[in-house]
Amino acid sequence: MKVQSNADSRARSGKGFDAVDFLARNSAPLFLLALIVVFALLEPRFMHPINLLNVMRQVSISGLIAIGMTFVILTAGIDLSVGSLVALTGLVGAYVAKGGLESRFAVNANVDAGNPVILAFLAAIAVGIAAGALQGWAVTRLRVPPFVVTLGGLTAFRGAALLFSEGGPISGFSAAYNWWGQGRIGDVPVPVIIFLAGAVIAHIVLRHTRYGLYVYAVGGNAKAAEENGLPVRLVTWSVYVIVGFTCGLASFLLSARLSSAEAVAGQGLELDVIAAVVIGGTSLFGGVGTIFGTVVGALLIGVLRNGLVLMNVSSFVQQIIIGLILVAAVALDQYAAARKRS
Amino acid sequence: MAILELTGIEKHFGAIEALCGVDLSLDRGEVLGLMGDNGAGKSTLVKIIAGSHAPSAGQMRLDGALVHFNRAGEARAAGIELVHQDLALCDNLSAAMNVFLGREITRRIGPLRFLDRTAMYDRAAELFAELKSETRPRDLVNAMSGGQRQAVAIARTRLTEPKIVLLDEPTAAISVRQVGEVLELIRRLRDTGHAVILISHRMPDVFGVADRVAVLRRGLKVADKRISATSPEEITGLITGAVESA
Repeated sequence: MKVQSNADSRARSGKGFDAVDFLARNSAPLFLLALIVVFALLEPRFMHPINLLNVMRQVSISGLIAIGMTFVILTAGIDLSVGSLVALTGLVGAYVAKGGLESRFAVNANVDAGNPVILAFLAAIAVGIAAGALQGWAVTRLRVPPFVVTLGGLTAFRGAALLFSEGGPISGFSAAYNWWGQGRIGDVPVPVIIFLAGAVIAHIVLRHTRYGLYVYAVGGNAKAAEENGLPVRLVTWSVYVIVGFTCGLASFLLSARLSSAEAVAGQGLELDVIAAVVIGGTSLFGGVGTIFGTVVGALLIGVLRNGLVLMNVSSFVQQIIIGLILVAAVALDQYAAARKRS
Repeated sequence: MAILELTGIEKHFGAIEALCGVDLSLDRGEVLGLMGDNGAGKSTLVKIIAGSHAPSAGQMRLDGALVHFNRAGEARAAGIELVHQDLALCDNLSAAMNVFLGREITRRIGPLRFLDRTAMYDRAAELFAELKSETRPRDLVNAMSGGQRQAVAIARTRLTEPKIVLLDEPTAAISVRQVGEVLELIRRLRDTGHAVILISHRMPDVFGVADRVAVLRRGLKVADKRISATSPEEITGLITGAVESA
């Protein structure tokens, strides 16, 4: 699963092809392929292009946040607040689009009474960045563990969303707003394009820039990074800003898709997001993981849900299966690591 | 002329006097063993030379010029490299990336800068070859032996042409065979004209590789002798206080 270090390890061992090692290291992509094959054989509707694009569209929201979460987990941090933050930033964007709460249910005639879409978009992202900056500040300056800071954020941002929206939804946007969630370029839904573009950019940043190297270094050994003169605090702070940004962006796409924003949006989303990152091979101890792995992890969860729904498997059973896969993925990683050591 | 000249260096941490007026000089191509018991002030002195601590009093001259360092980066830029006791390596990164950490080679594409991994792998391979180490640039550090890890940390000091290399307990946590490798690395540094300060508890290392030995006890330098003019027994006595000074 640790796609990044594959080439390195092969070069190191200098031996022939090691099938067990290959399977253990690439378990997530292989499992995803196996799932696709199985669903394709069992359920003809699964491979229909419309269904596949649907899966991608569903995955794109949590997948975008999973990209940001990968940065956080690479530094050995965690962000539990993303679901709540999605609710808050989505509402802020909707509020700005509507120009207030008065027209919160207005559709058709009054929808364009508010502000331009770009302002709503910027407002959602600005609030996401601000929330991330605040949490990053608490982690790096107040030295509160990320788990605690973002557990606080999970509660506080949900509360803020409820307070801000007075409990109710804000619905009915202009066509220009809705396009971001419902539109297509060619046949491809807009959120999917944004998700994939985000993945490519994040991959380049992590793999090919100095900043990306520093994210890995901070997660691998923060003390060593400090001793080598790296701006450890700034890097640690910045990953929370990045995940906040992805929350703002994702919430905008989500509210556009549903043409509605509400304070209960994104409940439990943090678990899906963290599961995607971890299934994709990123270590919760930091320093190991790739964006490619995270995209695979997000797709794996999406494909599994979709396939099981098509096959009429109850959503309760789906939850059990996803939980088991999460644990199995980490167990396989541990197995691969132990095997390498011996 | 001495490359490094310390005069009257003092360091207080609140009421604690870690160093109470230490004079020390170091020449080019010289290996100085710096010894002393725990709490004698070795680490504090090294941190002052490496710029992580500012001295409370005293002067430091590098190549005859007065210097004041406020950060480790300033000392590094002036040609003083410190190999930390814990080596300051990130296990999850390759040997080459560890060597270049904080001083990466980048190339420009339009307005953006990207890591030039190929250049770093190539340069790291040259450095390891110079050190006669078998370390491979693309290998992850977490799979390496103690000696190889030392080689990575020492290769870092040769990215620039440092004047002085400080080694803090380089042999404290490695096997006997690897100790030999590290001492060989130190000799190679000296032979290429670097001045080396070796902080160590281990008498055989200091007597095996150093030209001169200085002993600290309770923040004071109690001895500073040519290796040929002293013995492990005398140094042990100086460290413990059984011998007052020499």
